[in-house]
Amino acid sequence: MTERLLEVTDLKKHYPVRAGVLRRQVGTVHSVDGVSFSLGAGETLGLVGESGCGKSTVARSVLRLIEPTSGQIRLDGEDITHLSKTALRRHRRSMQIVFQDPFASLNPRMIAGDIVGEPLAVHGLASGKALEARVAKLFEQVGLRPDQMRNFPHQFSGGQRQRICIARALALGPRLIVCDEPVSALDVSIQAQVINLLIDLQKQHGFSYLFIAHDLAVVAHISHRVAVMYLGRIVEIADKDELFRNPRHPYTQALLASVPIANPLAKKLAPLVDGDVPSPVNPPPGCAFHTRCRFAMERCRIERPVLMDAGDGHQVACLLNDGTGQSQ
Amino acid sequence: MADTSDLVLDVKNLKTVFFTNSGLFKAVDDVSFTVSRGETLAIVGESGCGKSVTALSLMRLVPDPPGRIVGGTVTLEDTDLLALSEAEMRKIRGDRISMIFQEPMTSLNPVMRIGDQIVEAVRLHRNLSSREAQNIAVEMLRLVRIPEPVRRAREYPHQLSGGMRQRAMIAMALACRPALLIADEPTTALDVTIQAQILALILDLQKELGTGLVLITHDLGVVAQTAQRVIVMYAGRKVEEASVEALFAAPKHPYTRGLMASIPAVPASGVAAPERLNEISGTVPSLVRLPKGCAFAPRCTLAIKRCEAEYPPLTDWGGGHLAACWRAAEVAEVA
Ligand SMILES: Nc1ncnc2c1ncn2[C@@H]1O[C@H](COP(=O)(O)OP(=O)(O)OP(=O)(O)O)[C@@H](O)[C@H]1O
Ligand code: SF4
Ligand SMILES: [Mg+2]
Repeated sequence: MTERLLEVTDLKKHYPVRAGVLRRQVGTVHSVDGVSFSLGAGETLGLVGESGCGKSTVARSVLRLIEPTSGQIRLDGEDITHLSKTALRRHRRSMQIVFQDPFASLNPRMIAGDIVGEPLAVHGLASGKALEARVAKLFEQVGLRPDQMRNFPHQFSGGQRQRICIARALALGPRLIVCDEPVSALDVSIQAQVINLLIDLQKQHGFSYLFIAHDLAVVAHISHRVAVMYLGRIVEIADKDELFRNPRHPYTQALLASVPIANPLAKKLAPLVDGDVPSPVNPPPGCAFHTRCRFAMERCRIERPVLMDAGDGHQVACLLNDGTGQSQ
Repeated sequence: MADTSDLVLDVKNLKTVFFTNSGLFKAVDDVSFTVSRGETLAIVGESGCGKSVTALSLMRLVPDPPGRIVGGTVTLEDTDLLALSEAEMRKIRGDRISMIFQEPMTSLNPVMRIGDQIVEAVRLHRNLSSREAQNIAVEMLRLVRIPEPVRRAREYPHQLSGGMRQRAMIAMALACRPALLIADEPTTALDVTIQAQILALILDLQKELGTGLVLITHDLGVVAQTAQRVIVMYAGRKVEEASVEALFAAPKHPYTRGLMASIPAVPASGVAAPERLNEISGTVPSLVRLPKGCAFAPRCTLAIKRCEAEYPPLTDWGGGHLAACWRAAEVAEVA
């Protein structure tokens, strides 16, 4: 077992839903509803799920960009869940985030070199010539030319802009980089460039990624372990190869069966689930997936399954077969 | 190859240009293809390669200005669409040729009930009583597998989920049983489990109704699972065309080959994902400043002198497998 860099325990984020003139609370959005996982040093944990399942809320809570309703976040063994802004500053350097939209996350009026160098300057780690040299080095690391430091964001392509975001995230020598859909906005041929870059940088620097994406193939590629979320909960978590070889949660199975395979000779699309994802406002009781599950039993409507080990660290939250889910 | 009497659509040498501040460019440059009854033709390529402008050209919906169709013919069954007046075209749109979009709200009216929208679309083209049209609307909603169609017909678009809205748009597009349906990234905005449902639905309906389908996507997985034939576009041009089987078995254009190698795949059982993905280096060129020769040359690992000087002609490499590349014959061996 690798050293635990990040431990998240029973994380919850609920938002009240208010309505009417009196703004009375009429419901609760269970954005994240009891999520636990850990992440080792140098490890990549992929977090997959469909829109609205709570992936980004987990990411933002881990970084304390939003305050969780309850639960615990430990970084390097230290509980950071309730640290004050000043106390948190020390940890800010070790945790960085790369967002989906490289267009929205860059200040259009700043030159690229200043964008990348800003964290170093703000933390008083470098200035003048030394700062410029550090930034030039960061540019090279992410495959940009140092002479591009003078250019503005609009002068870069989407893929290059994402490289700028990555360079900025690298600047302070983080130990954890949260990537929230970092390649979803990019073209296929450019996605591969950015994924390879992220893999290479991890090999060089040994940091960990919490890698969030809706694209299973992308996650399958970059992750060591994968967690699948559905309606605010992790329904399955396992080593990557194990998860794709032997998915045990009916939702994971449906998700995998839904991905169109780029091979005309492979099995044609066979949707294993009907209907839509229910609303996270007052989600279904029991197993949140029971409304769409092919195997749902009476118990599933009442009892909420918890993540249980189905063997070799493969955890699944499903009541089938004594809580070990369903083998395919 | 389908027999030509079965052709629903025949596009020849289509050329659509845009006049912009940064200059004139050809968004669609000399593109030809055909679609037979009941056939699915996929158009695939990266952002900005001209897929949507091709679709809008077929519909005669290219915004003018800044765009204009400047060449070619588009023949739908026996009608030359580019020769029609706007009034004549309006009669055909939504009747014999229909289009669905990535974002259903581009074609749904937010303040009109779903059922009424279908009724309106049908009555625009068919001389039917409101009662008859209403029956068709409910029938269409049932056909696209919207549960409780009678109740749903009375709802407004915002009351439906994204997947349901997409179904409603499909119902509207197919209400007059068009000969050709164009679907521009119809599932890109949807979650993967919903995407699978919608794609399966489109294919089922197409089979049932015998509609010709042009499916635009950037996802090679969607192509493989839905189409019979594919065209690959790069920088406004068709660079390859083949049956899906032939294309995936042995792509002839280095761009297609690169694209296939660069997509991450969900690992098949027992196969470990490769360490690194293959990349296509560089970026898509600006259409305003295209290289003189092959537009892919600056990114192509096989490029030779000739590629920079002369645009490679589209050549048939047998069995209707076309590719525009000076080195297409060698692609399979070299890479
Ligand atoms: N209304 C317009 N005015 C100016 N240029 C346009 C307009 N519409 C499209 N273009 C340009 O035409 C080219 C082709 O665009 P098109 O929308 O067909 O690409 P696409 O292949 O559909 O891409 P995507 O995958 O992003 O949908 C692009 O360079 C685009 O910027
Ligand atoms: S024509 Fe030349 S540059 Fe273009 S794809 Fe073929 S080998 Fe590459
Ligand atoms: Mg488009």
